Amino acid sequence: MKKTASIELTNVAVEFPVFNAASMSLKNRVLSAVTGGAIDRQHDGSVIVRGLQNINLKIAAGERVGLVGHNGSGKTTLLRVLSGIYHPTQGQAIIQGECVSLINISLGIDPEATGRENIRLRSAMMGLTPIQTNERIEEIIDFSGLGDFIDMPFRTYSSGMQLRLAFAVSTAIRPQILVMDEWLSTGDEDFKERAEQRMKDVVHGTEILILASHSREILQANCNRLVWLEHGRVRMDGEVTEVANNYFPTNT
Amino acid sequence: MSLPPKTALSNAWLDIYSALHKFHLIATLGWQDVATRYRRSRIGAFWLTISMAIMIAVLGFVFGTLFNQPMSDFLPYLAVGLIIWGFIATVINEGCTGFVSAEGIILQVRMPLFIHIMRILWRNIIIMGHNLLILPILFLLLMKPVSLEALLVIPGVVILILNVAWMMLILAVVCARYRDMTQMIQNLMQVLFYLTPIIWSAALLPERAGTAMLDFNPFYHLISIVRAPLLGDAPTLTNWIYSSLMMLIGWVVALPFFGHYRKRVPYWL
Repeated sequence: MKKTASIELTNVAVEFPVFNAASMSLKNRVLSAVTGGAIDRQHDGSVIVRGLQNINLKIAAGERVGLVGHNGSGKTTLLRVLSGIYHPTQGQAIIQGECVSLINISLGIDPEATGRENIRLRSAMMGLTPIQTNERIEEIIDFSGLGDFIDMPFRTYSSGMQLRLAFAVSTAIRPQILVMDEWLSTGDEDFKERAEQRMKDVVHGTEILILASHSREILQANCNRLVWLEHGRVRMDGEVTEVANNYFPTNT
Repeated sequence: MSLPPKTALSNAWLDIYSALHKFHLIATLGWQDVATRYRRSRIGAFWLTISMAIMIAVLGFVFGTLFNQPMSDFLPYLAVGLIIWGFIATVINEGCTGFVSAEGIILQVRMPLFIHIMRILWRNIIIMGHNLLILPILFLLLMKPVSLEALLVIPGVVILILNVAWMMLILAVVCARYRDMTQMIQNLMQVLFYLTPIIWSAALLPERAGTAMLDFNPFYHLISIVRAPLLGDAPTLTNWIYSSLMMLIGWVVALPFFGHYRKRVPYWL
């Protein structure tokens, strides 16, 4: 029996070292050791960017958390902390449960390989075992609606078809924690409807949803909690309409 | 950020342990890497075999004549050496960019970092497998008998792989932080190719200078424990001791090192 998913961030801060070409290279380290003295610190040029500061978040199973914030407010960084990619430089992040992020749904796809091979690649990348993939592969092919094209190289697909395949595989999983940067929607009208339905199924199937989005509609339709990030801090955290009313300009 | 050594060690172990549990992923990715390269070619990955065979033939002709060596001994020696060296040099070089080239995956999917190392290892094992096909053909052509010692190649290959694995692990971490390191290692590997008895044989070296040059070359020992059995000799005890000790010490260093810096790697990409 799996433990129920939960996320707990206490006093989390994330600091990025930004190495410009100068500090990235060993040459400068060696040279500065040779030249020595006070200059090297200025010449070293490593800058620390505070991506996140003082984040306290407790997310329990059943919560659908929306993330809002302007560009550069730390949404992506927080998504990466929540999916266990960045370990906080300060504070603690306890993440219970397997987590899949649908940030770039084409990750791992090889254009030269056939659609079928790509399904296997992509699902392996998302953490499915070959047995699990075999159980789902027919359903995925069916959903993608690619028919006989499934055994053709991926590069021969139109961009719409490529997206459909990526979408079909990426949404075939039911992780405990699902992290998304923007809602996935794709394809022509007919596919869009089915895709929408499938996204709903995925979202309902997970215990915790974390969704960063700029769309009020989508956030209101799918979330029951909204976190507003500003300059790497939580500006507001609460019920969807309340936060949305404050974050989104009133005329929309 | 400084971790007590015990946590670092268990971090590293946890990472490697869960990577080994995802072997299906490693196998899929590694195989895909090889398949992609030769996707639209008719004979596919056997191009590897062919180009290696040509290299062996040409180098064999040139250096066999230069060194005045009997071809029936020199060709197998050179073939085995080149194939093993090809493996070592590629895994070390690709190990340097192990994390850097997997940036897209690392920043998006939480998976053990050691997977990226294993993927490189696995695809190069596949490539080495293709190259090894040359040996039975060559041995048949030269009517060279294979003795029972050849079985020693199995522990030899295992020790070789376990050795390059820790080197790759350390290099992947260091090169993610210091990008110039990759170039340095590539240069070093090029130089080592000439310093290691691959195209020349250890017997040609003058007595005293030779032993120093060989004993301190880790790759000489690693190549020997695989090459000697295939050629029908047992590797020397020194070769075995050296390689095994290097494996032990290497991992003892690599594990805490990796455990300590593992969490920083995504920040460096």
